Amino acid sequence: MGEQQRHSGAEVASFLLEHESEVIGSWRQLPFFDSGDSDTAQIERDCGAVVHALAEAVRTGDGDDPAASPFNALRGLFMELAGRRTRLGDTASEIAVEVGKLKRPVMRLWKSVGGQRGVEETALLVDALGTLRVAVMEIAVASGAELIQQQQEQLLELSTPVIRLWRGILAVPLIGTLDSARSQIAMESLLQAIVDQSAEVAILDITGVSMVDTMVAQHLLKTVMAARMMGAECIISGIRPQIAQTMVQLGIDLEEVTTRAGLADALGYALTKIGYQVSAPSGSVGR
Amino acid sequence: MNALPLLRIGDVLLVSIQIELHDELALRFQRELAEKVADEGVRGVIIDISALEIVDSFLGRVLHDIAATTSVLAARTVVVGMRPAVAITLVELGLSLHGLRTALNVEAGLRQLGIRRLDVSGEAR
Repeated sequence: MGEQQRHSGAEVASFLLEHESEVIGSWRQLPFFDSGDSDTAQIERDCGAVVHALAEAVRTGDGDDPAASPFNALRGLFMELAGRRTRLGDTASEIAVEVGKLKRPVMRLWKSVGGQRGVEETALLVDALGTLRVAVMEIAVASGAELIQQQQEQLLELSTPVIRLWRGILAVPLIGTLDSARSQIAMESLLQAIVDQSAEVAILDITGVSMVDTMVAQHLLKTVMAARMMGAECIISGIRPQIAQTMVQLGIDLEEVTTRAGLADALGYALTKIGYQVSAPSGSVGR
Repeated sequence: MNALPLLRIGDVLLVSIQIELHDELALRFQRELAEKVADEGVRGVIIDISALEIVDSFLGRVLHDIAATTSVLAARTVVVGMRPAVAITLVELGLSLHGLRTALNVEAGLRQLGIRRLDVSGEAR
């Protein structure tokens, strides 16, 4: 950093610190800081922190680096502010627009109090404010991505319960759209449960599966094969008529797999398989 | 030296594989098992692989061959205790090991061989 630049940085920094209260005054009404429920003192503290970070960044010449330590120090605050807006449904670009609104009041102030400021200083200030926007944007995007990640993990956990229907009989009701990751997890947790509970029969129920493509069918078949190699039998139940048609059209061969129309039929078959007899009490009619 | 103890219980030969079987050892195991089955005239063989974390295509093949060999010698082979990860790997490798009998554990394996209870005297059934 040259002597001239250091001098300009120091000048911009001192301007910011000298006029801190005015800047805070012009910022605190802005929706970026004031979400409507935080108290005034807190908002002013937040604004103050941002002013100080900006001053620090221009002083050290890091005004154009969003990863520099002054901006890094604001991570927690931005995470909170941007995170709140993300949860409210704002997109990252909407948040960036809010941050962009911080620029104008500062520039106005800069112009009004500055006698003969150089182009260099103005550029430094503009850069720093622009970088602030980038830093917030990064955090907003990251917190959005984090939210999606969390939800995906929750979905994965939700989607694969292994249910014990009887001693030695397990069932996995698969629901929704199956992708590779989900079917992989379903397969692994089912096979592990077979070992843990010494289950001889496992039922894969796909009543809740809306679509079966070749990938999904492949995974189902793999699960059946793997279970068989471990010494358990795997039944697929709940194949809906449309899905059965699709599977036939796709040329998926379920010849070697035991299938049953519904979970009830599969349970009946499984009970018979492990040596129980399923029969209606004498006198009653029906299944 | 016999690296893998072949335990005779009644009419059944029980082998529990507790060490990684490298290719040479697997082939020796295959040979020794076939000899033992022929010598002793057992009716069933149970191979417990619950301790194996890795089963490659070669070992899969060997297990399959053992089953076929003992079948010729009038003994049925049941492979028991395959771990989920191993089963997944073998399926991914495209080895479905058709014709290989499997069971969850030694007990289920014995049941599959038609043996419900082992007599203390060593007589099966």
